[in-house]
Amino acid sequence: MKELTFSTLVAVFEEMFGRWLFWALLALALAVALAFVLVLVRERRLQARRLILAELIGIAGGLAAVWLVQTVTSSRLTDVGGPIDAVAIMGIWITGAFVALIASYAAFGLISRG
Amino acid sequence: MTQSRSRRIDLDLSRRHLLAISGAALASGVAAPSRAAAAKVATKAHIVIAGAGAAGLTVANHLVARLDGARLTLLDARKEHYYQPGYTLVAAGLKSAGYPVSTTRQWVPPGVEWIEEAVAELDPQANRVVTSTGKSLGYDVLVVATGLDLDYAAIEGMTTDLIGRDGIGSVYAGPEGARRTWEEMSRFTDKGGAGLFQRPATEMKCAGAPLKYAFITDDYARRKGTRQKVKLTYAAHAGALFSVPIVSEKVRMLYAERGIDVVYSHVLKAIDPGRRIATFETPKGQAQIGYDFINVVPPMRAAAAVRKSPLAWQSGPLAADGWVEVDKTTLRHIRFANVFAVGDVAGVPKGKTAASVKWQAPVAVEHIVADLSGRKSGATYNGYTSCPLITRIGRAMLVEFDYDNNLTPSFPGIIAPLEELWVTWLMKEIALKPTYLAMLRGRA
Repeated sequence: MKELTFSTLVAVFEEMFGRWLFWALLALALAVALAFVLVLVRERRLQARRLILAELIGIAGGLAAVWLVQTVTSSRLTDVGGPIDAVAIMGIWITGAFVALIASYAAFGLISRG
Repeated sequence: MTQSRSRRIDLDLSRRHLLAISGAALASGVAAPSRAAAAKVATKAHIVIAGAGAAGLTVANHLVARLDGARLTLLDARKEHYYQPGYTLVAAGLKSAGYPVSTTRQWVPPGVEWIEEAVAELDPQANRVVTSTGKSLGYDVLVVATGLDLDYAAIEGMTTDLIGRDGIGSVYAGPEGARRTWEEMSRFTDKGGAGLFQRPATEMKCAGAPLKYAFITDDYARRKGTRQKVKLTYAAHAGALFSVPIVSEKVRMLYAERGIDVVYSHVLKAIDPGRRIATFETPKGQAQIGYDFINVVPPMRAAAAVRKSPLAWQSGPLAADGWVEVDKTTLRHIRFANVFAVGDVAGVPKGKTAASVKWQAPVAVEHIVADLSGRKSGATYNGYTSCPLITRIGRAMLVEFDYDNNLTPSFPGIIAPLEELWVTWLMKEIALKPTYLAMLRGRA
């Protein structure tokens, strides 16, 4: 992989998830981000109690992301071998945690406003 | 005579297509292939691609994107397409036999004619290809991508129907063969005994695969708690475990650490399935090694039609097995200028992997497009290839190198090439197949 361009990455992700699922997932991510911004704009502040609950869900979301990747790849935490592996595991955990936090905060915000 | 004829055809082509493309925008004469930046070249040339495996399909998709009006013909009798890098995962019990299988049809780009027949004869003097039913096809440009033959018959006593019984496995023997190999290896690591691994003395596809399978077998025995009952031996065909010295040394150290014995200069000549004995040719004469499980890797040769054609190397180390005589940097035939070879069949010193195809195909295509538009291309292939060398389930080393045995890491300073890493395993497990499929479509 001497050359990694944006179009190559898109092509690879389309093959990985299937073209429609990949773009649907991206659209879903965008919708979640928009919902989060919408809730923030409506309330003009972060709700502390809701944020703490979302953070707890975020911790679980990070763990779920690590578990999912390891299950899909038939690997275990003991397979972590070098610094880049630790960085990758943390990256996966942070991504999962961030997505779960944003999604749950937005969902609670929309429900409470609904 | 042959050379001058080829050159004349080439010049005729150039003249004809120079006229045809008048007014068409041409790609700038860049050295590196850049499909996105290149405009389509108008041409009426007939390009025959012999072989619709990874190389043939990738070349076809690149050509469709680069040419306007060309007649493209793919020749291959096989209806199934096999993602061969997946065989190791099937033989490791991690994927089903269906995992590497798709259809050739789904990768053939629109506008390309696919003749579902094998190549029987190649006549580069007459610019003709003859199919298995006797159909004769003329061409302006020929891309040879017929792959290679697994020569199981060269090992006395070995037939493919033995795979999956009597302790015999062979990861290379297609998806079903890989599945049966897993069953046999699994039985072996349950019970224990002597496991034997080897590789042929010929050029071969993915020279890391036999090494990986010894690592995987070791790992399963450890996981099952039977490692004490298992003796593993790797029989190297020459004086090293791998053609790249630094990689060979690393594998030697890991084998020593895992307790995998190594014998050198052992070339498998015969097996006796009944007595479970493998006979090797060594510098000191024949040597016999008993086994309870063996992963047979047969000699590999260019596809028969290529081997007996004038396209094969006539002398030198690549002549014996009939690999196509191409310039290793341009993949253009040395004697027939309108012929290129891509993939396993190319007679180049290294690189019979999907990664090689990924980097060979754009170079060959760049030269073909340049020829058809009457210009010269400086595109070159440096022998780059890569191998995620699995060292246990869950870890691999990302080994990348070129013709000169230089390591060519894609992520220097981030992913160390000789370090056993989980992220490299991640790539092998989830990213390699989508990258391969994107390559077939000419998108990666």
